[in-house]
Amino acid sequence: MIKQPLYIRIGLALYLFMFFTYLIGPLILMSITAFNSASFPQITPWEVLTFEWFPKLFSDDRILRGLKYSLYVGFFTVILSVSMGLAGALMLTQIWPKLRSTYYTIIIAPILVPGVVIGISTLVFWAEINRILGFSADSYLQNGIFLSVLGQSTFIASYCMLVFVARLQRYDTGLTEAALDLGATHLQAFRRIQLPFLAPAMASSSVLAFLASFENYNTTIFTHQKFATLTIVLSQKVRYGIDPTISALAFIIVCLTVLGALIHEVRTRRVQLALANGAPVGAVTGGFKAPKFFAGNPAAVVLGLFVGAAVLIIGFAQVYDPAPAKQAYTDQKRAIQKKAIEAIQQKARDKVRERQMKGPKVFETKKGTGTGSPGKDSFGSVFKPNNLDEAAGTKKKKPVGVNPGKGAFGNIWKSDNLDKVAPKEKGN
Amino acid sequence: MSSGVAVDLQDMWIKFGDFVAVRDANVHINGGDFFSFLGGSGCGKTTILRAVSGFLEPADGKILIGGNDMKGKGPNERPTALIFQNLALFPLMKVWENITFSMEVRGASAGERRKRADELLDMIALSDQGDKLPSELSGGQKQRVAIARALCAEPDVLLLDEPLSALDLGLRHHMRTELREIQKRVGITFIYITHDQGEALTMSDNVAVMRTAVIDQIGSGKSVYDDPSTSFVASFVGMNNMFRGKVKSISKGQALVETNRTGNLLARITTGATGKLAVGDDAMVFIRPEGLHIAEKSAKSNTRIKANVRHSEFEGTSYNVFLEGDAGKEMKMSLVNRGEARLYEPGAELTLQFDATQAVVVPAGELASE
Repeated sequence: MIKQPLYIRIGLALYLFMFFTYLIGPLILMSITAFNSASFPQITPWEVLTFEWFPKLFSDDRILRGLKYSLYVGFFTVILSVSMGLAGALMLTQIWPKLRSTYYTIIIAPILVPGVVIGISTLVFWAEINRILGFSADSYLQNGIFLSVLGQSTFIASYCMLVFVARLQRYDTGLTEAALDLGATHLQAFRRIQLPFLAPAMASSSVLAFLASFENYNTTIFTHQKFATLTIVLSQKVRYGIDPTISALAFIIVCLTVLGALIHEVRTRRVQLALANGAPVGAVTGGFKAPKFFAGNPAAVVLGLFVGAAVLIIGFAQVYDPAPAKQAYTDQKRAIQKKAIEAIQQKARDKVRERQMKGPKVFETKKGTGTGSPGKDSFGSVFKPNNLDEAAGTKKKKPVGVNPGKGAFGNIWKSDNLDKVAPKEKGN
Repeated sequence: MSSGVAVDLQDMWIKFGDFVAVRDANVHINGGDFFSFLGGSGCGKTTILRAVSGFLEPADGKILIGGNDMKGKGPNERPTALIFQNLALFPLMKVWENITFSMEVRGASAGERRKRADELLDMIALSDQGDKLPSELSGGQKQRVAIARALCAEPDVLLLDEPLSALDLGLRHHMRTELREIQKRVGITFIYITHDQGEALTMSDNVAVMRTAVIDQIGSGKSVYDDPSTSFVASFVGMNNMFRGKVKSISKGQALVETNRTGNLLARITTGATGKLAVGDDAMVFIRPEGLHIAEKSAKSNTRIKANVRHSEFEGTSYNVFLEGDAGKEMKMSLVNRGEARLYEPGAELTLQFDATQAVVVPAGELASE
């Protein structure tokens, strides 16, 4: 390979870094927020390392129910769409050649129809059917899970069909003919010869169908009725204000995905290794022997590290108690707040003193013209009536050893204080 | 040998839409015969095989197997087993499961199947390969597994669709012998499809030579070679020197043909052409390269050809001499190597002679394209 000039390699590295940041940056960021004790998913300011959002997640009934419904809907969607996809793909191979492209267009169309439209039309269609059949409004035809499964399968079945079509293109119909010729019935030939050939496609389309169902929102939002699936629950949660339990959920899902991908990769590499060494595939696909398992298989090493890290984190979470750190953080926060409050009080007192000396009218003009010494002027700008009240209420407290200027800076943590501080800062 | 089941095609037509793939085929195949359909690609020979095995329904006519009309019977109801051109071994099943698939679909127990598989594996000399996948076998081994799988179904008729075409030359020759031996041992009717005349002639009891959609001649390998019915068969089976001309006179089963460039030639009218030739008809005379010799003094003028040597090849068992006759007529002569120096210099002028019974004459017609 020709060695690229340095600037190209640096540029490439930079590009790759940006690309992957864009790709997985949000996931990493969100995962980290799951471990921050702040009640809004955030990294800065970092408060205290905590695992509290995970138990909170598992005690959130709405999320758990959503997860359960998502699994129900996913399960039935997989069954329905894989079988419909398989039937559709087989039909494509059997159909009269002149009709084939028309048929293909029709059966692929649901992918192109927006999910929203599918959702609404599913709802309307089954409501109609329900009415025509004279069932009550809470019959099974109006059940949210039933409608969601049907609505989602409408287009997920098309995805599955595409997977099957790709696999079937490599199928030698001679195999079916050979089976028939050897005395098998059509059913036997299908079950014993063609179906095993399609097994990998069934596995991948099942995964595809489940994931598509699990993450579906725009169809399910119309069809779910009382059975809010996970995506629906999450979107509702966002509307009412989110907390890091969502991050915790995201982190779990990311981990499961990575785990699944790693396991798959390990298996693939084992088979490749076996083939490269000339060993029969059967010899490696079963059984587990640690040194052999890791040998020459980086994916297996990564998987081992991953599982090890997971065990460590979970173990650490069991013994880790965020309470002291939290207490310290709270104390620290409180101290800062206290300082801020005292600073304001001091300011208010100074103000009152000033007004007593000069009278309100002088104060008004001073504010407008901005003359006089800057230090004094800044105190003068704390003039809101409610501040005055506050100051009046705490008159007796005597601020000792507090530098008013420094105290003012401490105030900026408190958002509601900003309004009061701002004019003073400007004056400075 | 006569214990096998006979196959009859009666007035069989096969059409794909308007396209006629097989035209009016009439074939009788004796029970226990090794019968070959020989023809070029696209002549319809595979179509016939698919019709016999039940994947195609003839448009007209009948297929009888053991005297029973096969109309309306699917491939799984016919006493036939087909060996596919690509073998079509089931890739996900082990070799022994492949072999006993026909028993599995009939509901035989695993033990029974394994036992039968071992017997058949013994027969094809693959005893210890039963637990492999087909992809782990070599070409010749796969071939034998395919045969064993077909035989396991205990068919009355075994149909073979160019099963040797994917093998290399050495293996092909070996498998020819092996197939013939298996056929003799099991004694069932074999119907063999091939475009390779060597295979057809060496293995078959009888051969049907097919021109596009039409069966031109049915007979033993020898009769097809020595006694062709049509110009197509004469030019398709083996090498032949062809001379066009008009029939000048006919007597005692022989015709004197006035050729365009080589003078008058006397040749035997073949069995299939008898009665189809009259004086003045366009005819073709065919003389095999091995039918030409260096002329002796006594040779009659109408069995003599003059030609110049263009070049010659030494082939071990024989010499091939390429000649040019009058007006550039190309010819080929084959001489058996008997040890003497017989390589002729280019340009040498030779007088050749042939035996009038070895030269054949048929009505002028279609030739096999080379």
